[in-house]
Amino acid sequence: MPETVTLSVSRYRPEHEREPVFQEYEVPFRKDWVVLDALNYVKDRLDGTLSYRWSCRMGVCGSCGMMVNGQPKLTCSAFLSDQPPGPIRVEPLRFFPVIRDLVVDLGDFLAKLKQVKPWIVREREKPLSEGEYRQTPDELDAYKPFSMCINCMLCYSACPIYGLEPSFVGPAALALAQRYNLDSRDQGAAERLERLSGHGGIWECTFVGECSEACPKNVDPAGAIQQYKVSSALAWVRMLLPRGGA
Amino acid sequence: MSDSHTPYHPRWHRQRVSVWWWLGSARYARFVLRELTSVFVALFAFVTLAELRALGQGPEAHARFLEHLSRPAALAVSLVGLAFVVFHTLSWFNLAPRAMALRLRGRRVPAAAIAAANYAAWLLASAAVAFFLLRR
Amino acid sequence: MPRRPITPLLWLLFSAGGTVAAMLYPVHVLLSGVVFPLGWLEPPRYETLRALVAHPLARLYLFVFISLPLFHWAHRFRYTLYDGLQLKHLTTLVAFVCYGTAAAGTALAAYLLWRFPG
Repeated sequence: MPETVTLSVSRYRPEHEREPVFQEYEVPFRKDWVVLDALNYVKDRLDGTLSYRWSCRMGVCGSCGMMVNGQPKLTCSAFLSDQPPGPIRVEPLRFFPVIRDLVVDLGDFLAKLKQVKPWIVREREKPLSEGEYRQTPDELDAYKPFSMCINCMLCYSACPIYGLEPSFVGPAALALAQRYNLDSRDQGAAERLERLSGHGGIWECTFVGECSEACPKNVDPAGAIQQYKVSSALAWVRMLLPRGGA
Repeated sequence: MSDSHTPYHPRWHRQRVSVWWWLGSARYARFVLRELTSVFVALFAFVTLAELRALGQGPEAHARFLEHLSRPAALAVSLVGLAFVVFHTLSWFNLAPRAMALRLRGRRVPAAAIAAANYAAWLLASAAVAFFLLRR
Repeated sequence: MPRRPITPLLWLLFSAGGTVAAMLYPVHVLLSGVVFPLGWLEPPRYETLRALVAHPLARLYLFVFISLPLFHWAHRFRYTLYDGLQLKHLTTLVAFVCYGTAAAGTALAAYLLWRFPG
């Protein structure tokens, strides 16, 4: 096993340059190191000016997403030894504006997330005296995978439609919307319909499927979107029937 | 690049998505090939229309049509087209289960079962078509 | 009601057409495009084929066989042009060409099948 490996890191300092440039760093090649360890080594020992986000370093916070050799990955879960031999290219998450170095702006996602109303919507809230909302294990299973999203944005970087269509709500937001649509306690499907089924919603998706490939939590946003296409198309048909199919 | 909710910030760097984005990875390229299967589907729909017209016009017209289909160029297109429509079938059946969250007796029906049912239907349908077309 | 109320319908046509194409096109392309022209198997005689197509159920089959996959192509190709060639700015033209072609093919199929002798 080689002693060191080269990290080729995208640098962008708006006060100095107009386009990102690559800077190479030689880091120790340890069998148990992930890309995040290598970046921390760079920051601690080689170049304190490197900017990037990270937090839990164990794949639950969703902060450390970056492009590693052209693929969106959580750098805390991408082992150096899993990469092909040669320099390891580290770039900021694709399709997001770059603020500095490896730090991107997530404002677009956060705004779109809010638009899909990712919370329990009730026509009428139960008062405390009536007790909890009860849910069977089967009802939980109906939406559980979609609730595992850690908002890491890898799916957005994998999705070419997000890169091409500015209005597209995107995989994670749609999966989270579906998480609530399928929750037995929720009554907000009709409220979410306009945003999900309108411009920039599910119909922009062409089931490339790369979002689900990139997801570190097996949320399967592609599945969520296709399922919503089916249910929303059937709801549309029912609306055409006399008396709304009632 | 999505920036409908990102205020314009002159120092943030935005990469423009190249028109060649789909060449960027083998998976993207395969996706585009999968989408292009629809072109051969449409082509064959029109070929069927042409045969239908020739069939209605009489035996000579139909024989001429069949002769066109036997030309080397036509055969080459048919072979490529066959590969593409089969690719459509395979990719369609493998993706279809993701769009359906079927539950039987409280457990999620495995994707493989749904795909298998589709393949079985494909075999049956193909056998039925072959039966009708191989009668003399 | 979604802002683009026609999109669910177009997607349903796309799905139906894709399923018809997936189930039926391989065997038809194999036989008509490869096996019969190459002479590996005998194609049906003219009279047999004509009688077969004249049957009302066969006419219905052929209408579905031609029309739905055309709408499948129209919807899919439209998005391929938007995303592959980045022609989103020509959205009306692309939609018109795609669905228009599918509609024209459908109309032609309906005409030919209605007027088919026998």
